Amino acid sequence: MAQPTFLDSTELVLNMGPQHPSTHGVLRVILKLDGEKVMGTECVIGYLHRGVEKIGENRTYQMFAPYVDRMDYCAAVCNGLGYCLAVEKLLGVEAPPRAQVIRVILTELNRLSSHLVWLGTHALDIGALTPLFYVMREREDTLNILEKYCGARLTTHAFRIGGLQYDIYDGFEQEILKFCDMFPSKVDEYEELLTNNRMWVDRLTNIGVLNADDCKAYGVTGPMLRAAGVKWDIRKAMPYSGYDKYDFEIPTRTNGDTYDRYMVRVQEMRQSTRIIRQAVQDIPPGPIMAKIPKLIKPPVGEVYVSIEAAKGELGYYIVSDGSTHPYRVRVRPPSFVNLQSLDKMARGALIADVVAVIGTIDIVLGEVDR
Amino acid sequence: MPDEKKPGEVSRPAAPPQAAPKPPAGMAVTPWESELTQLLKSQFGDQISEFSIYQGQEFLVAVPEAVIPIIEFLKLEADFDYLVDVTAVDYPKREERFDLVYILYSFARNQRIRIKTRIKEGYRPLTAVDVHLTANWLEREVYDMFGIEFAGHPDMKRILMPEGWHGHPLRKDYAITQMDNEWVKENVGIESGQ
Repeated sequence: MAQPTFLDSTELVLNMGPQHPSTHGVLRVILKLDGEKVMGTECVIGYLHRGVEKIGENRTYQMFAPYVDRMDYCAAVCNGLGYCLAVEKLLGVEAPPRAQVIRVILTELNRLSSHLVWLGTHALDIGALTPLFYVMREREDTLNILEKYCGARLTTHAFRIGGLQYDIYDGFEQEILKFCDMFPSKVDEYEELLTNNRMWVDRLTNIGVLNADDCKAYGVTGPMLRAAGVKWDIRKAMPYSGYDKYDFEIPTRTNGDTYDRYMVRVQEMRQSTRIIRQAVQDIPPGPIMAKIPKLIKPPVGEVYVSIEAAKGELGYYIVSDGSTHPYRVRVRPPSFVNLQSLDKMARGALIADVVAVIGTIDIVLGEVDR
Repeated sequence: MPDEKKPGEVSRPAAPPQAAPKPPAGMAVTPWESELTQLLKSQFGDQISEFSIYQGQEFLVAVPEAVIPIIEFLKLEADFDYLVDVTAVDYPKREERFDLVYILYSFARNQRIRIKTRIKEGYRPLTAVDVHLTANWLEREVYDMFGIEFAGHPDMKRILMPEGWHGHPLRKDYAITQMDNEWVKENVGIESGQ
């Protein structure tokens, strides 16, 4: 890739990663520099490639479910929800209402913990050390609830195809409500630290700008798309799991820069809390598992089901040949597709801003490489 | 289980063959007819062989040469401005070995459709990068995993597997424990990764 460069300067090629603390795992970025200015980037990925899609073809539908948690390990519940919905679509069944509501609560809790990790590490990359300690405190609360519910904190395998394995524990509602009462004031705390912080604003404004057209061209979804002013959220556009019953807004901004993405994600945390509060106050009685055969053999066919995961559109394209094993499982990972826009955002920026740009995409390398 | 009976074995009535589960009502492929299909029919004629709906999801099947023109036409004339995914499915026993699948979404219509085509091994489908930039990495992944090379792609190389790797892991004839032992020996310095 030949990049235009000034005549009187020499181009420098610099390797960033794979063992670099601000690349959020094992992402290697080859930077082409002119002084401090980035003339081009190239991502080298695949260090965490485990062949999840291949594993899926060699496992039964139920056996594959825990594997999907290992992709985006910061938002494992979202992964599980997408997979369960896709297989349920293949089978032509729907989870019972009680299961759907509990799914929504846990998924939104997990979205919170994912956004919190993002906020802490992103701020850390920029040089603000304090928020990390604050967010870990609240993340602990969300993870404790997940742990109490299903015994696991990160790779939860919380849902089963057709519904849930476990009903909620005693005191679940009270604990969640207590969390919902407490959490917005904590978000205020983060905002107090960052939103009007002069250094934070200066470091992020007009960095890594991606306007709405660029977002669509690069297939960028999730908070990045909404920060560019596109009011699009699959929870509203193509509701699943009863999201249409809840009253919440899609936060958007207009500039599409790193600061706007920060604002969108912070607003999203408040909206998620709203959803959780509405859901937990109205958990319907009834069964938690649909009628599902012990051996899942979906009829021949193929479906694509996508959900709004914490990072963007997470889709599963599953082809069934009528046997107990999926013929093909394709995961459409949001991080992988969003990461592609790094070159567009980083070009022309300073090398220190590349760190901010990588952070703002909110990548999880487990999901990029699968 | 072998068919011939061993001596001394008690003969049992054969278990009824396990029937595939009957699809619940409403789970059949139905034809898809709308303004959009009319428009596509008038534009592409018999290059599109099928318009169908399965489980409420609309898809069409086209000849390989028509796929990129269709994607471009849909982008310009019908607001399908977001290419969600490009992927492939391997059917080694079929003459046209691969299914190539494109998923498109329109923000204006709030509609998602799939375009499918069948290609033979060695066929080089045209790249979609000129229409949707996001196809760049998605097609590289298809190349990496299935060995389908896209003609006109600006950067046709592996993306997840190492560059010198032999074989394409998501093909059905690539066993799950298989690996490129030579590559492993040379680059990792061990006999085998298994």
